[in-house]
Amino acid sequence: MTVRLLYFAWVRERIGLQSEALALPAPMPIAELLEQLKGRSAGHDLALADPSRLRFALNQLHVGRDAIVNPGDELAIFPPVTGG
Amino acid sequence: MSLFEARVQAQAFDLAAEQARLSALGPEVGAIVSFTGQVRGEPLELEHYPGMAERELQALLDDARGRWPLLGAIIVHRHGRLEVGAPIVLVLAASSHRRAAFEAADFLMDWLKTRAPFWKKEAGGWVSARDSDEDAAARWR
Repeated sequence: MTVRLLYFAWVRERIGLQSEALALPAPMPIAELLEQLKGRSAGHDLALADPSRLRFALNQLHVGRDAIVNPGDELAIFPPVTGG
Repeated sequence: MSLFEARVQAQAFDLAAEQARLSALGPEVGAIVSFTGQVRGEPLELEHYPGMAERELQALLDDARGRWPLLGAIIVHRHGRLEVGAPIVLVLAASSHRRAAFEAADFLMDWLKTRAPFWKKEAGGWVSARDSDEDAAARWR
């Protein structure tokens, strides 16, 4: 049971990956999942150090840090958007 | 007839062609407002979240339809490397009367800037989000 993680902009650059899979045995809030992710590498730690600078999309919908991630979900992590 | 369409593409868009599609919707079309955003200052690279970007733009169109009596609306957003002066985004709104078309186009741009998953990178790094964009979007809540 895994979650598919997608990274964009400087989150992607700092982590050094566009996407990866994370084992997720049980549903978990995003905030808690971030704590686990930070330990994966120095790049993860740098990218995720300040969650207030991050935004999240769960299965391609905007959500807050309190949203619950379930196995099989797609979770994207990125900075505030700057399009237009 | 109605036409509500959102696209994300690398290539440039043709304002006249898109406007003609809305113009041809029928005799009740009386007002078409267009907004074009273009690269200012220095070249940039536009990254996006494929899938979510299209979906989010479509959701903005659905939201606008619930707020104004629109006959049609089109959003085209580009991605990839763009030079100074290159068009980035096109928003068109068509209605019977001008007020709805003006307001819907304004709303679509404000919400697009704070919700659509695109990120600009310049030579000096990633562009930061601006509080003024959040304030502008908040006008419509």
